Amino acid sequence: MQIVLAIGIFSALALLIGIGLALASRYFHVEGDPLADKVDDLLPQTQCGQCGYPGCRPYANAVASHEAEVNHCVPGGERTMLEIADIMGVEPKAIEEEETAPVVAYIREDECIGCTLCIKACPVDCIIGAPKQYHTIITDHCTGCTLCLEPCPVDCIEMVETPELLEHWSWPVPGTLRAQVGEERKYQHEE
Amino acid sequence: MKSNVIKLVQNIAESLHLKPQHSFAGGVHPKQFKRTAHEMIVDCPLPPVLIQPIKQHIGELCEPIVQVGERVLRGQKIAKSQGYLCAPVHASSSGTVIKIDDHIIPHPSGMGLLSIFIEPDGKDEVDESLHPLPNYRSVDAIELRERVRKAGLAGLGGAAFPTFVKLVQDQQHPIETVILNGIECEPWLTNDDQLMVEKAHEIIGGLDIIMHMVEANQAIIAIEDNKPMAIESMQQTLLGMGLEESVRVEVLPTKYPQGGEKQLVEVLTGKEIPAGRLPIHIGVLSQNVGTSKAIYDAVCLGEALTDRIVTVSGDALPQPMNMRVRLGTPIRFILEQCGLEYLDDIKVIHGGPMMGELLSSVDVPVVKASNGVLAMHKYSVMQAHHEEEPCIRCGDCGDVCPAGLIPNLLAMHCKEEKFDRAEDYKLFDCIECGACSYVCPSHIPLVHYFRFGKGQVAQIRREKDFAEESRVRSEARDARIAKELAEKEEKRRVALERKEARAKAAAEAAATNTISEKPQEPDVVVKTDKPEAES
Repeated sequence: MQIVLAIGIFSALALLIGIGLALASRYFHVEGDPLADKVDDLLPQTQCGQCGYPGCRPYANAVASHEAEVNHCVPGGERTMLEIADIMGVEPKAIEEEETAPVVAYIREDECIGCTLCIKACPVDCIIGAPKQYHTIITDHCTGCTLCLEPCPVDCIEMVETPELLEHWSWPVPGTLRAQVGEERKYQHEE
Repeated sequence: MKSNVIKLVQNIAESLHLKPQHSFAGGVHPKQFKRTAHEMIVDCPLPPVLIQPIKQHIGELCEPIVQVGERVLRGQKIAKSQGYLCAPVHASSSGTVIKIDDHIIPHPSGMGLLSIFIEPDGKDEVDESLHPLPNYRSVDAIELRERVRKAGLAGLGGAAFPTFVKLVQDQQHPIETVILNGIECEPWLTNDDQLMVEKAHEIIGGLDIIMHMVEANQAIIAIEDNKPMAIESMQQTLLGMGLEESVRVEVLPTKYPQGGEKQLVEVLTGKEIPAGRLPIHIGVLSQNVGTSKAIYDAVCLGEALTDRIVTVSGDALPQPMNMRVRLGTPIRFILEQCGLEYLDDIKVIHGGPMMGELLSSVDVPVVKASNGVLAMHKYSVMQAHHEEEPCIRCGDCGDVCPAGLIPNLLAMHCKEEKFDRAEDYKLFDCIECGACSYVCPSHIPLVHYFRFGKGQVAQIRREKDFAEESRVRSEARDARIAKELAEKEEKRRVALERKEARAKAAAEAAATNTISEKPQEPDVVVKTDKPEAES
């Protein structure tokens, strides 16, 4: 008799919890993939496609579903890679491509023929222009993805390094090579 | 009997400076080295060329409004504000603009900034666009504030925060106490000390203007006890001006960094400014004594900020001086005036030894923030410089930190680039006073690590903001493309339906009337072809 009672109690409990969980999964359902959202938040949003995916969001989805490795985001650099590895709970992997200095695209306007092909290619809508008018790049919004270089039929777009701004300057790590930059500048100045 | 004992204890305590007085936690007592104390302020002669950077304050850049070849007068505005947190730049003497170009500025990066080069003509003619307002008591506070802004005033204590921003009447935070900061806790520097001795009347005049502007009814002039002449001078002048009831001089025991705004407010009022808040939030306004004098000049004399007092000192300088220097005077010229011709094996520090920076070139000009120029022998600077050694967890840095932080852990997090942890340890409450680096027996450059950490955090925030903005733009573009596609699809569908309807109608018509078939057919063909060709 007692064993029947015990089985009955636990069956009822299991049923109740099951119903509770079923309801919770329905009413607290989250749209989209929260893990992919987290990864997407860490990515630099350059939309450059260097990872082999058409943009940052698709790469984030691929990483979240373990389809892609964590080390394909070149512009994000090591810091982004480490952060993604941390939230994905996987071993960090070195990025194969070398990190480059930040660049922005620049259109040599004399050579531009106004074909609008680069405008269509820009993933962040930062090229302005109209058919048969010069195009130009809104430098402040350019992510340096280089996607506009390839479609240009006259090769009038180049990537230029962004100048280091005084207000964005920050102290280097103490005791490193970069800490001597000031000294180097001094010699440049003296020359 | 009992009261006598209490009195005796009180007397002893008082004579030992033990009477209960608020103080701030930590602090250090570096050697004073005030070589220039009691040296009269000397006017520095006009240099062959004045170099005036377009930004000499904390905040946004100014924009030059003069052309090369233009003649300018002393006090004429040569660069205008481009934002709220901004102080315009004025020509320091009359002369001709000879160049507008990048020039190295006093900044740890050693980078350059757009500067206006003026060749003085020696006449020193004054621009009179700012008329004097000697009866400031009858002038509206808003107009006075505008005057302070127009005169290009920035805090002359060393941080160069635009002065007018602080001089505001806020209904939510009425200012009860104005603090005049004459602490000057950095070793070597004596410019505020000497200014209080020589220009006490102007300083207190400026204080009166500030009190009128913010409707404060009491003020404290804080001076450290190592400046007896300044204390004497300020007290005498207060008595002479009949302000001794609302203004009092507070003499504080010498301790570094007592001149820090947050520390001084805590010492004088006993109230600590909460993290991330300003003195105004606890009803206090603090100004440097030099700034107060500049406010007096701007309001009562109608003079823009074109000069400041600079302590030129250091162990390598033959004749240390307190100098009144025109803004834009190259530091090399000042050092020459003090008898220093050869700069081999000499390091020049801009500001005080604790918080100032080593200059990478002496061609930099004096700016609004330049309170001191120290020429030090290379060996005496190098003596203080050692290789970093491992932290031995002695805790001295925590004992002296005036902000109550744990510098060794904070530096460790910065070194390991764990900036979120560093922020948890209140990295941004560090005032970079250098007390921790000063006492560290392992010679760890703690403040350098904090500056590195702060810069990195700022950069990460900038990158995050930029990524967010790019995401918004990218998503907007994707949405637009999807919308265009959907519209196209819709058009095609409509066209297809129309085609089918026409075909059906045509078939029906053909069935009923064979004559009407011919004119309709080409119409149908043209219309149905078009959308397909488009897509």
